[in-house]
Amino acid sequence: MADVAVTHGVAEAYEPSLFGTYSKKIGMWLFLLSDSLTFGALLFAYSYNRISNPDWPTPFHKESIINATVMTACLLSSSLTMVLGVLAARRGDRSWTRNWILFTMFFGSAFVVLHGMEWNKLMGEGMMPWKNPWSATVPQFGGTFFTLTGMHMLHVTIGVIYLGVVSLRKAFLPILLAIWAIVFFTTPSAGFFHLAVNVLLVGLVIATMILVLKPKDYDAHDVEIAGLYWHFVDLVWMFIFPLVYLMSTRVTG
Amino acid sequence: MHTVAAHHDEGKGQYLWVWGVLLLLTAVEVALAYKQVFQPIQMLEALMVLSIIKSALIIGWFMHLKYEIAAMKWVLMVAVCACLCLMCIFFADAARILQLGVK
Repeated sequence: MADVAVTHGVAEAYEPSLFGTYSKKIGMWLFLLSDSLTFGALLFAYSYNRISNPDWPTPFHKESIINATVMTACLLSSSLTMVLGVLAARRGDRSWTRNWILFTMFFGSAFVVLHGMEWNKLMGEGMMPWKNPWSATVPQFGGTFFTLTGMHMLHVTIGVIYLGVVSLRKAFLPILLAIWAIVFFTTPSAGFFHLAVNVLLVGLVIATMILVLKPKDYDAHDVEIAGLYWHFVDLVWMFIFPLVYLMSTRVTG
Repeated sequence: MHTVAAHHDEGKGQYLWVWGVLLLLTAVEVALAYKQVFQPIQMLEALMVLSIIKSALIIGWFMHLKYEIAAMKWVLMVAVCACLCLMCIFFADAARILQLGVK
């Protein structure tokens, strides 16, 4: 409403925005700034530990790097599909808005699954947050890796749930419950997925509360700010991937 | 969903180009790591430069900041860069540990 007043010079019901855009977008940008400081601090902690430990292990062999590169391609493609979804929302095309957002969710889920599989593999090799099999004098390797990538994976998962709520609304709730049930009951109890999938359950509870207490027909503005969050998640990975993976490649031969 | 007030529609082509360039830059990064072209410090510098270019593309085009007004661009980017740079002051302490050890 405020931007309508600005555009048409109507006797001000609201003061024009300092940033020339609607409040929800400014609010999301401010949140993203604070979240970038959170990731900045985690990346700093990782880099600090890395610099001060000359025996930092470099265990990521070719398969790990290929896996991480595919994950990067998934996130970059998800950003493209997200921006196409925002364009579709702007021109009022409901079905293609939903479709592009679903494609985005698919790429995001693929990222989480690939990352979880890598976590399982690393833990199978003996890597824990407090120890690793490659350097006994550097226990921080696991802690910094799992915290950084885990925090990012959590953001991706929350983003997928957020997009599901914006695109499908209440229809997403049974889908989320079904995904949780399938993963929980089909994965080994000692593995990463069996424990981590409970994040979906927490997300389901919160999404249900939001959709029941504040039902809304999400418009192009809501799609755009969901897109801002999603691009931020991709942006953080643009730093994690080179700093954690590409700087720790295992050189053989 | 109602259409919002008309934006200059940048069109899909521009976004496909940006996506293509991002994939290309990622391939360059992976190639640098795979071929072990640089020593650690130069490798870090090269990767950071490439990452900053990729960030600029994502923030400018995908997050649409290029098309916002100057006040928004300057306030947001200067604020976050200033805070991130402040964190870097403490890298001197990591170098201290490396040279002097830990007691």
